[in-house]
Amino acid sequence: MTRNHSYDEERIADLIAAMPPAPAAWVKAAQQLPAARAEMDEIVARAEADQRFREAAVADLEAALAAEGYDVDRRLLPALRERLGA
Amino acid sequence: MSLALVADADLVARCRRGDQEAWNELVNRFSRYVYAITSRIYRLESHDAEDVFQEVFTRTYERLDELRDDSAVRPWIGTLTRRLCLDKLRGGGREQPMEEDEEFMEDGDAFADLDEALAVRQVMKDLPEHCAEILDRFFARDESYKTIGEALDIPAGTIASRISRCLSKMKSKLEGRKPRFQPSGS
Repeated sequence: MTRNHSYDEERIADLIAAMPPAPAAWVKAAQQLPAARAEMDEIVARAEADQRFREAAVADLEAALAAEGYDVDRRLLPALRERLGA
Repeated sequence: MSLALVADADLVARCRRGDQEAWNELVNRFSRYVYAITSRIYRLESHDAEDVFQEVFTRTYERLDELRDDSAVRPWIGTLTRRLCLDKLRGGGREQPMEEDEEFMEDGDAFADLDEALAVRQVMKDLPEHCAEILDRFFARDESYKTIGEALDIPAGTIASRISRCLSKMKSKLEGRKPRFQPSGS
């Protein structure tokens, strides 16, 4: 399809308006993904090395994480449960 | 060079090497694009749009190694977002292959407009004297002259004329470009 790329001010304004910013919290959460993934890797490694922590995490993941001072994004908990076999 | 000016392919390569600043910029660069697809084209409810938004960037992060052409990250993210939106609309929990679906027919013009809007934003980066910021705040964030003036420490009474001048500059730059854009950072 060939599109006509002639511009007037109204068209330019419409194109600028077509992309409002995403909510800042969404952007921040996405930017923190690498750190969150690294923390998940650390938790999984810890669970593999520490049987007591693993049992506590399988029994009640959120409580086990809180007890150890981890502050994991709630959206990552299902993936973490899966990795821990919880 | 500011990461905002780095081409898509270079940005992807840096992300693959674990560069957090590059990842921040990649999310920044495509966040509006993904948000516009979820919220303006597919009109997902806010919580569904947020789910798709996060899933898009999660999969992007996890699958950067699968990207065959680093410069094609924008269409790759676009396709991924569309698939996840369609899946959300179907109410499914799994991503399904893209296919023609009468129930959720896609508006090709809307996608083309978004691609063009993304390209326009690249041009905005080259504008002088707060132009990009002023145009974005006024048209995309719907801010008043007063709010813009206070945020940028500019007399509110001059905002209208600045918008007009900035739009004229945008027009000149856009019309000086080739008909087909090379969007986002290229």
